Amino acid sequence: MEGAELRNEREFPSGKSGQGVGARLPRKEDDRLMRGRGQYVADIRLAGLQDVAFVRSPMAHARIRGIHVPERHRGSVFTAADLVGIKPIRAVSGLPGFKISEQPVLATGKVRQVGELVAMCLAPTRAEAEDIAASVTLDLEELPAITDMLKAREPGSALVHEHWGDNVFLETNYEVDISAALDAPIKVTREISTARQCMSPLEGRGVVATFDRRLDQLTLHSAAQMPHITRSGLAECLDMDEGQIRVISPDVGGGFGHKGILLPEEVCLSWLTMQRGHPVRWIEDRREHLIASSNCREHHYKITLYADRDGTLRGIDCEATVDSGAYSSYPFSACLEAAQVASILPGPYKMPAYRCRTFSVATNKCPILPYRGVARTGVCFALELMLDLVATEAGLEPGEVRLRNLVQPEQMPFDNITRKHFDSGDYPQAMRRALAAINIDAIRARQSLGETDGRRIGVGISIYCEQAAHGTSVYAGWGIPMVPGHEQASARLTPDGGLELRVGVHSHGQGMETTLAQVAHEMLGIDVAKIRIILGDTAMTPYSTGTWGSRSMVMAGGAVATACRELGERALRIGAKLLQHDPAAVVLQNGEVCGVNGSVSLKTIAHTWYRRPQDLPADVDPGGLEVTQGYKPVRDSGTFSYAAHAALVAVDPDLGEVEILDYVIVEDGGVLVNPLVVDGQIYGGLAQGIGTALYEEMPFDASGQPLATTLADYLLPGPTEVPAARLDHMETPSPYTQFGVKGIGEGGAIAPPAAIANAVNDALRPLGVELMQSPITPHRVVTAVLAARAAERSAA
Amino acid sequence: MKPAPFSYERPRDLSAALSMLAASSGSAKIIAGGQSLGPMLNLRLVQPELIVDISGLSELKRAEVSGNELVLGALVTHADIEDGRTADVTRGAMRAVAANIAYRAVRNRGTIGGSLSHADPAADWVSAFAALGARLTLRNLAGARMMAIEAFVVGALESALHAGEIVESVHVPARTVSSHWGYAKSCRKTGEFAHAIGAVLVDPAAASARIVIGAIDTTPIVVTEAAELFGGRIAADYKQRFDTRVADALLAKAGIDDAAQRHIHVSVLKRAVLEAAA
Repeated sequence: MEGAELRNEREFPSGKSGQGVGARLPRKEDDRLMRGRGQYVADIRLAGLQDVAFVRSPMAHARIRGIHVPERHRGSVFTAADLVGIKPIRAVSGLPGFKISEQPVLATGKVRQVGELVAMCLAPTRAEAEDIAASVTLDLEELPAITDMLKAREPGSALVHEHWGDNVFLETNYEVDISAALDAPIKVTREISTARQCMSPLEGRGVVATFDRRLDQLTLHSAAQMPHITRSGLAECLDMDEGQIRVISPDVGGGFGHKGILLPEEVCLSWLTMQRGHPVRWIEDRREHLIASSNCREHHYKITLYADRDGTLRGIDCEATVDSGAYSSYPFSACLEAAQVASILPGPYKMPAYRCRTFSVATNKCPILPYRGVARTGVCFALELMLDLVATEAGLEPGEVRLRNLVQPEQMPFDNITRKHFDSGDYPQAMRRALAAINIDAIRARQSLGETDGRRIGVGISIYCEQAAHGTSVYAGWGIPMVPGHEQASARLTPDGGLELRVGVHSHGQGMETTLAQVAHEMLGIDVAKIRIILGDTAMTPYSTGTWGSRSMVMAGGAVATACRELGERALRIGAKLLQHDPAAVVLQNGEVCGVNGSVSLKTIAHTWYRRPQDLPADVDPGGLEVTQGYKPVRDSGTFSYAAHAALVAVDPDLGEVEILDYVIVEDGGVLVNPLVVDGQIYGGLAQGIGTALYEEMPFDASGQPLATTLADYLLPGPTEVPAARLDHMETPSPYTQFGVKGIGEGGAIAPPAAIANAVNDALRPLGVELMQSPITPHRVVTAVLAARAAERSAA
Repeated sequence: MKPAPFSYERPRDLSAALSMLAASSGSAKIIAGGQSLGPMLNLRLVQPELIVDISGLSELKRAEVSGNELVLGALVTHADIEDGRTADVTRGAMRAVAANIAYRAVRNRGTIGGSLSHADPAADWVSAFAALGARLTLRNLAGARMMAIEAFVVGALESALHAGEIVESVHVPARTVSSHWGYAKSCRKTGEFAHAIGAVLVDPAAASARIVIGAIDTTPIVVTEAAELFGGRIAADYKQRFDTRVADALLAKAGIDDAAQRHIHVSVLKRAVLEAAA
């Protein structure tokens, strides 16, 4: 295959140092983070700093008739009327038919969600700012709240944005030959849904804004994944030059998508510091986080699978609805989620016929944001639950049905029915390994004996493939404010032989200060302890769309390798001069330029270049030891990592409790730069997937009030809820990327809800119980068990 | 999430504390471990003018056996009981309950007096002490009164405490040698407040039982005349005779309309009955 020879291309082999690509190196940044020496936005102290608290809407949908500020607090409270010249946040998609929402940074006219910002209160401390906020009263005329995305689609519904005429941000239709599937002997139809969730990183959002009059520059410290994109969005809203804005994102305690969004709070505080001339701060508290700004995942599927008697899939017909909330968020827009549903629903399977209609619906809830896995978690849940039903109909083991339909390794690279280009892999092998590891035969034998404690056990599997590091060709099609191009990295050899790398992506738990150093070490042989990664600052790093879509290792890793390769070439030419060799007669290895006359270290080369240029010949290459290079994979349609998950659970039908007894993940992320870091990514994703499966849900009442507004009500899995999963790595290189790496950051969170739900359904199927909604709560289990018992009684 | 402004006092002794409470005419809140009041203050669900911090009152930290009962000062922590730093007259029952309250960090600071005063129907002590037949001493400047736990908790987050009154101590009767103790609860995750609690103290030899269904939306159901739950009589075969329909009817009578909720409560109670042991 063309391009395959690119993999593991190592012009500057690092030897057996144990620090390069593939080394299980402990994370460099942990020395700082694990000792409590990290610096997050809330740790930043600036002279004259004052705190902001917001007055937020207590209603989901209301007309604002008045905002009353007590006389004593005038001057400390700011409303939309004060924000002259500030533009609303607009995230427009170029997809035909997309309806535009304008999100005012402080509410004007109407409020469209509980928690929407109405007024900004400034005080020396947060507590005092909250006192001021509590003294502000709102005169609101309540309007009917739109809380049910399916009802919101119906004619006559109240409207979130009146001038649209309906509540649909975007409707899409995709069809390939669905009529060919309609005569299939097996036809299964269900409604499936996933609950609205909150992303819940350990650190919430936070902003410290200040203005430097000498530089004529706004500096915004923000817990952000994509500082350069934040800067572009701010410049648009504030009508400033991008050069007048510097965004610094220090240590970040988890992003997951929430920190990729331009916040109204960021715009507000930018305006405020320029008005007031002193630094201002807002730190999101957990209640604000849960109520107002990090919702995700709420999907509904009406889906039909067609199959032959032997389990061969014939087609999917689906109508998918996504509750997009009140506004389109910058930069991903309100339609990314649903559009992704349509493009990835066929999963890792051969699918001859397909139809999918999607609706992105506006409701009086906070905007839905792309959370780790984005639409894939919901898609995997819907599709994999349906595959188990096909297996039941066909009288086959669920694993058999998967193996029959998965794209085969000899078909790779494979263009699927939605024109996704699966780059490489052996999906059936991953499934077979997972089935063997969970020991499906032993579980079936145990099930036939029954449990002594009154519980029932069940096994569930799921498999997905995950497009990562999507490039220009993919995103140009969405037409949203952000399209990734070449990723850039800067590499500088310091006079003492160390290496500084500047990248525009950011690290918020991914360990990139380690893995990017490993890439540089692979190219140059410099000790990773002497490699410094500089990220999270628009003034110090090359432009980048940032960290999202599991792209950083592929894109920034590729850029670092490319920049280091060029740096190595330059060092080699200098080294050759010092050795009095022709450049073609020397090689760079283990941090030294070597020829028959001897060798010279990069440290000596750097020292000579910077500190003793008099030792260099006159005809030396003047390019120097500082390089910025751009990188794109050979194809930019994305890498496709994949994984098979298998769960063994015990379910108590009377208490509704689900215990995970065993969990297996067989994962293929291509060549792994650091398998230890990858394991961590998978464990973390699994925890979030278990949250989706069993715990996390943000319910709303009929008036649009969010009901899980503290962590006592919004349940997150803790250490005792996350089992010690067993991981198995396969490594099929991507043919298109540097080293053959693939993006793997999101995968752990994609498959668990499907595997766990399938396991619960496997356990309860003999009782006539079927659960098609996440999370699987005790109440839902018991309700279904009681309904099945009642149905059995009435049938008898 | 910062509290509204309040004044703060940390009295030296109980009488000083009671004087402060009396002078505040109902606008004061008592803080001990702060495990419930802290979040409520931060969420501004309560906005007292005065916080009286009683954590320095040594007279409320005592735990001593007096006659046939254990008297626990209100400031005894869950961890004190879990770790066996207090005497035990319940033959391990209290220790097992304490060990499963919330998280260790909460148990280190949370106090039994605070937990009872908060009167959350989902809290463990509210149900466990009711099943054990414990009583409370409540004190104000004028004097003290005693009442049974089940009379003390009058509703969700609502106790019989008068303004100016404080939970001083808990009196736990010694558990008889012939009695069986069973305690079960259902939590969706470790450390979470329970969604169902069943607590049973059955004495087949004495043909008596105290049965508690807790963690419902209102006051826990405390059954002291429990024969009906066991088919009319309480004897050695009580586990086989446990009648889930009677328990279900009690829950329906308490206003729990949702059948799945009732089923979970009944199943948890059944587990407490089946696991009850001497």
